[in-house]
Amino acid sequence: MSTQSTRTLVSPRAVSRREAAPTETARKTEYDRRVKLFNRICLGVLIGFALLWLLPIAWALDTALKPNAETTQVTWAIDNPTLGAFARVFTETDMLSWYAASFITSALTALVTVVTGSMAAFALSRMKFRYKNVAFWFILIGIMIPGQVLIVPQFREFDAVNMLNTFWAVVLPQAPTAIAVFIFKQFFDGLPRELDDAAKVEGASGMRIYRTIAMPLSRPAVAAVGIFTFVHTWNNLLWPLLVLSNPKLMTVPVGLATVQGNFGIRYADTMATALLGALPLVAVYLLFQRHIVRGIAGTGLKG
Amino acid sequence: MTTATPTRTAPVRNVSRTGSPDESPRAAAWMLAPFVILYVLFIIGPAIYGLLLSLFDTSLVRGGLGSFAGLGNYQEALASNDFWSSLWHTLWFTILTTPPLIVLAFVFALLADRVGRARWFFRLAFFAPFVIPSAVVALIWIWLYTPGLGLIEAGLGWFGITAPNWLGDPAWAMPSLAITTIWWTLGFNFVLYLAGLQDIPHELYEAASVDGAGPWQQIRSITIPLLGRTTTLVAVLQVIASLKVFDQMYIMTAGGPNFATRSILQYVYDEGFTNFRVGYASAVSTLFFVVILVVSVIWFAIVRKQEKVA
Repeated sequence: MSTQSTRTLVSPRAVSRREAAPTETARKTEYDRRVKLFNRICLGVLIGFALLWLLPIAWALDTALKPNAETTQVTWAIDNPTLGAFARVFTETDMLSWYAASFITSALTALVTVVTGSMAAFALSRMKFRYKNVAFWFILIGIMIPGQVLIVPQFREFDAVNMLNTFWAVVLPQAPTAIAVFIFKQFFDGLPRELDDAAKVEGASGMRIYRTIAMPLSRPAVAAVGIFTFVHTWNNLLWPLLVLSNPKLMTVPVGLATVQGNFGIRYADTMATALLGALPLVAVYLLFQRHIVRGIAGTGLKG
Repeated sequence: MTTATPTRTAPVRNVSRTGSPDESPRAAAWMLAPFVILYVLFIIGPAIYGLLLSLFDTSLVRGGLGSFAGLGNYQEALASNDFWSSLWHTLWFTILTTPPLIVLAFVFALLADRVGRARWFFRLAFFAPFVIPSAVVALIWIWLYTPGLGLIEAGLGWFGITAPNWLGDPAWAMPSLAITTIWWTLGFNFVLYLAGLQDIPHELYEAASVDGAGPWQQIRSITIPLLGRTTTLVAVLQVIASLKVFDQMYIMTAGGPNFATRSILQYVYDEGFTNFRVGYASAVSTLFFVVILVVSVIWFAIVRKQEKVA
């Protein structure tokens, strides 16, 4: 597509040149042919790499569809394809409760992050108060502190109040994300001020402007922060691994990490477990593809 | 501030004089409070508490802080072989993953941008692994690396290459984890580069092609220089993400064989939660934090410089 548009845009100039000098035309077509060939090679190389990237997942799926006994042959062919491995995941692991735990903790974290982060951002962006700069810098420090360096004190904190093995222990330390405040602030800063001035004339409070004007206009920011927090919480292993030891409360990654060795040489069962563990997030990706990609491009959010 | 007509500013001022909630500090405090309370309780508080713990011989199994150790924990860490080797493993992992994750992501994005067609497919192929939990990635790659039964060994054998014992050989375990990580996280950098490429105006390429510049020349003199900022961003996010590695090692090698892949975060985990040495683990965390801080500061310096040039 890009080459086509380039060519049509270039052509008027090329036409005028063709009239001026016929030898130019020959060089031009030779050049076009080289570009075309180059683009073909690009496409070929890229398809090759894309297939290579899909290979591990394809192989996992192939393995999961075999009976366990067949997995000792390194071949793509399946003599007796079966969904048995997928069925056994549900009878032999707590996959369904892992799903539930992951869903509850991730959704709750995303909700708390979006609500508290956007409210704080609104105050920093739109309201006047003393010590605003202090508050700004105080929150900025948080961007510098990676959650991983806090695991020891956080663990003692939750241990001291007897909150280990609760979903709150998973949610609370992951919810206050300084970066979310800054993403929302940046977004609010870009909204036209005339809108809230008009609302102020009608006597609307700050909270009301936040609720009825700022938030409805900030859907892209809400989507980016919400989806990212959700995915990030869902995939986090280290922190939930520390605070969740009750198998019924484990999230998907913690569950998978704990049962990892249990299947032994039953490779079909292991792969079925892995694929079912990945399924919800692949669905999230397919549903929110555009938001996720735009969110990364706009904010550079990373786990 | 920027109301259109003067007639409109008058009532605004009236409202604020009669105490518009927007002007009152209490309203702002209410808006800030939920975040700040969580932030103080679960981020700033633990950060200070962690610093405090690092100065004591605190144990996980005994209550209280234990006896005051001063800088003893730090001295012990800096004199400990285990600390330095886990720091080195983390750096080694960062060195193995960062260049390929930048170069490959750049090349793939460049190709996808040039090809133009079927972008959704390439994004799916390269980015989908990034949203999969690390535990799933680990299970799939353990299977791919399994001696005797793994697909990679069979694939290499097809070309007549004898595969190493990927995760079992201390020399190969880290490169194996790096390969897995490259497969897993490349998509993130790919998307960042793809966005950077879309910001380059097409007229530049058109002008260059009218001047007869070939594709390779265009890439060298237009694309690479204009993506400088994206590259800085990708590089720093990548270095920080790689330094924080834990999951892959924990699940795939448990830090082995013979501790050859124990990362700094796993060292914290082992000391704090297996050996119950909370004070010491906090000191190691703090040292790790300093490393990350240094990387961030270097990043800020580079970005400042780039902005001055631009």
